[in-house]
Amino acid sequence: MIESGIFYVFASILIAAAIGVIGFRNPVYAALCLVLAFVTSAVLWVLLEAEFLGIVLVLVYVGAVMVLFLFVVMMLDINTEQMREGFTRYAPLGLLIALTVAGEIGYVVWTRRAGLPEKMPLPTEDYSNTEALGAVLYTDHVYAFELAAIILLVAIVAAIALTMRKRPGIKAQNIAKQVATRAEDRIRMVSMKAEDPS
Amino acid sequence: MIGLSHYLVLSAILFSLAVAGFFLNRKNVIILLMCIELMLLAVNFNFVAFSRYLNNIDGQVFVFFILTVAAAEAAIGLAILVVLFRNRRSIDVDDLDLMKG
Repeated sequence: MIESGIFYVFASILIAAAIGVIGFRNPVYAALCLVLAFVTSAVLWVLLEAEFLGIVLVLVYVGAVMVLFLFVVMMLDINTEQMREGFTRYAPLGLLIALTVAGEIGYVVWTRRAGLPEKMPLPTEDYSNTEALGAVLYTDHVYAFELAAIILLVAIVAAIALTMRKRPGIKAQNIAKQVATRAEDRIRMVSMKAEDPS
Repeated sequence: MIGLSHYLVLSAILFSLAVAGFFLNRKNVIILLMCIELMLLAVNFNFVAFSRYLNNIDGQVFVFFILTVAAAEAAIGLAILVVLFRNRRSIDVDDLDLMKG
């Protein structure tokens, strides 16, 4: 019974946060609502006994991706009023399509729910979600795992290559030129007789 | 008792809200990226719920990879957005007509 209570409370928070993401006028509020949605989803995933993914969702999404979103939102100077043009004009169409999608998926799931498993299989005493995930991740799915590493590397290279720019007239050190400098190029040693100062 | 169908309906509601977000905020690219994240979250919900109720860990491995790809997509998307804003001083979707498509 307590499980149902937790599910319904956090599912309501999740839906409210999702409505906030699409409804807020200010993109900063929308990003913060998305953070709330991710944290609430992490709770529901822990309820589903996917503890590792719940923690990963908080660490990776809330800790990295959403901070990146907030950083970009605050860095760009966006005219929010101008951005809202057409919000009310497209609202009926958007709501109609959303209700259609939700209705269709909900109808299929709800009418076929007799065929779906209703009871969660109980894990054994010494079951560890992280251990079970690691056991298949590094054996059966090892190629996909290494491919994911390459995708992340490509993403790093792409993000840096896209945003890096050379600004003209900037006073920066030229490291290669500094390192390549030799003493002979800068000073000239001459041998001469000592002069009489008097 | 919370069954699999509860989680599937929740994920359907989440997905349709993200679809509605595309229509409501069709000028602001940042909110559109956030809606994509919300859609991926709804899909991940399905994977985790099925994985748990069918007692098969492979679904959670899929979620792991989806999270990886989504993080890469967000990083590249935001980088493109920053470059776009630097060049056009705007992130309005209607201004993105450089290629005259």
